[in-house]
Amino acid sequence: MERLNLGDSKRINRRRISDQTLHMIFLACTSIGILVLMALIGTIVMDGIHRLSPDLFTNYPSRIADRAGLKSPIVGTIYLLLLMAPLSFILGVGAAIFLEEYAGRSRWVRLIQLNISTLAGVPSIIYGILGLAIFVRGMNLGRSLLSGVLTMTLLVLPIIIVAAQEALRAVPKNRRDASYALGATKWQTVSKSVLPSAMPGIMTGVILALSRAIGETAPLIMIGALTYVAFLPENLLDSFTVMPIQIFNWISRPSEAFHELAASGIILLLIMLFIMNIAAVWIRNKYSKNI
Amino acid sequence: MNKTSSVAGAPKQMTFRRSKTRLSDKIIPILLGMCALLSVVTTIGIVYTLLQESIIFFKEVPVWSFLTGTTWSPILPPKEFGVLPLLGGTLLITGIAILFAVPIGLACAIYLNEYAPARVRGVVKPVLEVLAGVPTIVYGYFALEAVTPFLQKIFPDMGIFNALSAGIVVGVMVLPMISSLSEDAMRAVPKTLRHGAYALGATRFEVALKIVLPAALSGVVSSFVLAFSRAIGETMIVTVAAGATPQLTLNPLESIQTMTSYIVQVSMGDVPRGTIEYGTIFAVGLTLFVITFLLNILAQWVARRFREEY
Repeated sequence: MERLNLGDSKRINRRRISDQTLHMIFLACTSIGILVLMALIGTIVMDGIHRLSPDLFTNYPSRIADRAGLKSPIVGTIYLLLLMAPLSFILGVGAAIFLEEYAGRSRWVRLIQLNISTLAGVPSIIYGILGLAIFVRGMNLGRSLLSGVLTMTLLVLPIIIVAAQEALRAVPKNRRDASYALGATKWQTVSKSVLPSAMPGIMTGVILALSRAIGETAPLIMIGALTYVAFLPENLLDSFTVMPIQIFNWISRPSEAFHELAASGIILLLIMLFIMNIAAVWIRNKYSKNI
Repeated sequence: MNKTSSVAGAPKQMTFRRSKTRLSDKIIPILLGMCALLSVVTTIGIVYTLLQESIIFFKEVPVWSFLTGTTWSPILPPKEFGVLPLLGGTLLITGIAILFAVPIGLACAIYLNEYAPARVRGVVKPVLEVLAGVPTIVYGYFALEAVTPFLQKIFPDMGIFNALSAGIVVGVMVLPMISSLSEDAMRAVPKTLRHGAYALGATRFEVALKIVLPAALSGVVSSFVLAFSRAIGETMIVTVAAGATPQLTLNPLESIQTMTSYIVQVSMGDVPRGTIEYGTIFAVGLTLFVITFLLNILAQWVARRFREEY
């Protein structure tokens, strides 16, 4: 064979150089994501860390920055979480079991499936409008904790259904066959064999969906979760507020002191989300090998 | 005697148990089916509420003047209900976000897929997941308190509320969506295609650009469309950082108002039901819903229609 002539080796060199340059550009682009996250956390911690104090947990929101706290928003967020969790778990996992184990592959089922993936793409503020029209006004539940719980449950359901379906699909078919071979009925198979082995995956999905819900602001503004709640909700029909809404209120004020308070609220919110995410990952890693 | 009784007793017990389980096997599918139907009811509920109040609104404001009017002034007289300023504001924000997120997201996906060593992937992917999980109100704070002051050093005459800062941060928010969905699509391209190209002497960049990207194009484009739809529906970042000035402008340094931030602004005051302001929430909401719905359908269609099968 002929040796490479000068033109060829030049071209190869050029291609190599362009490969190297683009490698660097791609790397730079990728690091932007990391830099932004660092800048975001840095900004918030620098602004808010000196406002973090026990007072934040014990004081109610106030017009005076030095007395303002997050007691009612923190309690409101926790109530919302505790009430949403069982409701969205039952409805979401129920729907997923139906679609994966019972429904087969008919046209109607495909339509429901398409509908769920479309619902997952609906902007959250639209759920807020729905909650305002149906729960707050239509059912006359008012601007209450219950309206908030129902609205947010509808919001997270598509996410939970999709996650639970994936978890159910990951259960090997021979587990079901083994259960049928022992004479179990369909429901016995699903409830005693399939569901337990899909449970870690389902729990991970549910926790991640809930962690998205407690960061949501827009839908709860729509249904009118208030910002000056100087009491803790005692029943489902009491008005309430949550952390993101109080943070939003503080950001909207011109005074710098309230912005610092907002940053300290964000720190608490992020810590809460971080704990939930760690829990989700921990469950996934701890139990995923047992299938 | 003893033996026969126990043998006779056993089938009796079994039939009893079986009838009980048969009952549960009849009721439970119905209950589960109702859970699944709830999603359909939700969709019907959304469409119904949006339409019902919008129809009342459109009796007072003709649809045509709503869709083509260039002034949005729903509270101060003379009241005018032209949605174009809100739509324009939304598209300006979305445009900036997409200009920011598409090149970076795509570069990120290519890097993670073709270049990155496993250890780098192990760091970058979780970081992107964290970015995807940050609440939008936190991004709003970041836009207002960090990005805007930074940009004001470059554009000194830029106001506190502006489209540029909000748009960039919306771009940061949709970045993980583009990079992870595009990466999934690229990952699904068979290894043999890559190996074939490498065997012919292609560089990594050539493999990424000429082999992997075309093969994964349907998934990549559909991730762009989904990100576009998500950016249009984003609420808190624009409410916090882009201001509340409904105007038709292409200047990113000015304050604008989007459809979503208008809805938030109106509903923060206690709007009485039946007034025209209450109607605007639903008319604007309907516009927003229709646009995002069509985009989501488009994304699914692109992903399916143009998929290359190997």
